[in-house]
Amino acid sequence: MASDTNRKAAESLLAALPQPEGEAGWVRDVRAAARARLLEAGAPNRRDEYWRFTNPARLIKPQPAPVAEAGAAPVEGADPYPGVEAHAAVFVNGTYRGDLSSDGAPDGVAIAQLSDVLAQDITIARELFGKLELAGHEKVLRPLAMLNTATAREGLVLQVTGQVATTLHVSHRQIGDGAAMLRHLVRVESGGEITLIESGHTTNSLIEVDVAPGGTFRHLRVSLGDQAPTVSHIFARVGEGAVFKSFMLSADGSLTRNETVMDLVGDDAVGHVAGAVLGKGDSHIDNTIFITHSALNGESRQVFKNVLTEKTTAVFQGKIFVRQPAQKTDGYQISQSVVLDDGAEFLVKPELEIYADDVKCSHGSTTGALDPDGLFYLMARGVPRRMAEAMLIEAFADEAIEEIDDDALAEAMRDHVRAWMASRT
Amino acid sequence: MLKIENLQVKLEEEDKQILKGVDLTLEPGKVHAIMGPNGSGKSTLSYVLAGREGYEVTDGSATFEGEDLLEMEADERAAAGVFLAFQYPVEIPGVNNMTFMRTALNAQRKARGVEELSAPDFLKLVRAKAAELEMPAEMLKRSLNVGFSGGEKKRNEILQMSLLEPKLCIMDETDSGLDVDAMKLVSEGVNRLRSPDRAFLVITHYQRLLDHIQPDVVHIMAAGRIIETGGPDLALRVEREGYAGIKAEA
Repeated sequence: MASDTNRKAAESLLAALPQPEGEAGWVRDVRAAARARLLEAGAPNRRDEYWRFTNPARLIKPQPAPVAEAGAAPVEGADPYPGVEAHAAVFVNGTYRGDLSSDGAPDGVAIAQLSDVLAQDITIARELFGKLELAGHEKVLRPLAMLNTATAREGLVLQVTGQVATTLHVSHRQIGDGAAMLRHLVRVESGGEITLIESGHTTNSLIEVDVAPGGTFRHLRVSLGDQAPTVSHIFARVGEGAVFKSFMLSADGSLTRNETVMDLVGDDAVGHVAGAVLGKGDSHIDNTIFITHSALNGESRQVFKNVLTEKTTAVFQGKIFVRQPAQKTDGYQISQSVVLDDGAEFLVKPELEIYADDVKCSHGSTTGALDPDGLFYLMARGVPRRMAEAMLIEAFADEAIEEIDDDALAEAMRDHVRAWMASRT
Repeated sequence: MLKIENLQVKLEEEDKQILKGVDLTLEPGKVHAIMGPNGSGKSTLSYVLAGREGYEVTDGSATFEGEDLLEMEADERAAAGVFLAFQYPVEIPGVNNMTFMRTALNAQRKARGVEELSAPDFLKLVRAKAAELEMPAEMLKRSLNVGFSGGEKKRNEILQMSLLEPKLCIMDETDSGLDVDAMKLVSEGVNRLRSPDRAFLVITHYQRLLDHIQPDVVHIMAAGRIIETGGPDLALRVEREGYAGIKAEA
């Protein structure tokens, strides 16, 4: 039961956002239930165990939806994926902009708009919308995901039936203030395969991903210098022999909380979640991962590398939860930080909860300065200090970047790390 | 080339004096050997000359070609021509061996105002030098020193030395961990680099390395000082009498 304060905060959050209208009956039911759940749970509070390291105050500040921008394309820095050819889907201030997006859809995937789908009775949407989110609160409540289900109206609905050769790039752009709520639904059918990459800012985004047996879903997100607070959730259900892989590069976000909640429901399912955090100034970046093994012979990996300078805080909360039937589970988790300045810190909470008796699970975490011996070795060969530091940091971050299957995307991430290093003053 | 006068060094973190007044002058074209028992300060001397942090110079000086060596950062010393072959080369996962060598060589060239080597020119150079040391090309592609055997690490040090062409080569216990064949390869590599304008400071426990790399001058170091200097025969005397005998005499 939520405290009065948390409950009032939840009411304010809901009151600030417009009520969706013109939606199908089943959607209204899902929304009403999500509102009720949110009011029951209350908004997160820094006294909550799950928010001990990240103060949610700025994430629960009630904000109206941003003004829809129908004008010209806002320019927002360089392409975060240079050289990567992709099918573009562009959202400005939380609203899809067909005029800025690619036409049609690549072979193997059907793309629809969430707002259209929710006005109708479409099976795939009924099976996903709010369903995976609802299932993702075991052990811990995620009120900001409930808020998304109660209010988000815009996003993509993807049905992947084939091997999609073209990467799909969802770009979120924002002009001015306001709460941009985005919700994407992805269903990867058996044998389907897609890579979804994201960039830009959302206030609150949520992706529900259902990977059917034998399907593959790859995800990549780049957040660079996000000044407004942002929270994201991915709820994934991974079927038999299916693969889910996600990588997030978060640099210099003022307040970023990424939650990935995954259930390996089929035998031999694979779930990898990796990320690199680059922090300067007083940025605060939180990666919170919850992986559930529900079936036999599952494999999960969490690999996070943080490079922290000045007054940055990085948070990693990673859990591997192994249900009793999930024998032969192979769960691995590593989170490491290089702390370059005294003011930076890494707060970490690794957790294993295991009910099966024949599993292999490990976790590790380290925090420290750059290896002085390595630094001296490089400098003793003539490499100047800053360049030597950059070499060591690139090598360190690369252990997470190597988790990315696609070489061009991995190289784009390396370029970001190099550019970030070069931008250090 | 290198003039060390009354060099006194302690550890920064603790009150422990390691070098207690070292005097040493190296001339171009000469190979100097420093021998001495464990804990005599040989490795500390090499680290202090190369610019490793963690040491405090309490007195004395070290000048390299007229410049105050001790005022320079490690990379500046390297660019000026000082090279330390490490006793324990550091393993650096994720840093490609060849990329590292090219970065180092070009950083030095840049510091000296010489044009940087292009990738193809560098590749040609490194392959030729690696072949001289019988190093397989595959070793160049691996992470720096990671998974290298003791002998491979030392060969990789000599490869870097031959690429960077330093004026002063300081070799810290290069023979440790080497079998006879590796010792021969490494020594040949060093001997190829001997030239009238290059000086060597070879630090070793044992005479056996000096069978392969013939020194011009031999110094004996004990308790933070050089206690005896002589010709190649001094190394043979160490072999016969041990350090104890020489110490007693000094």
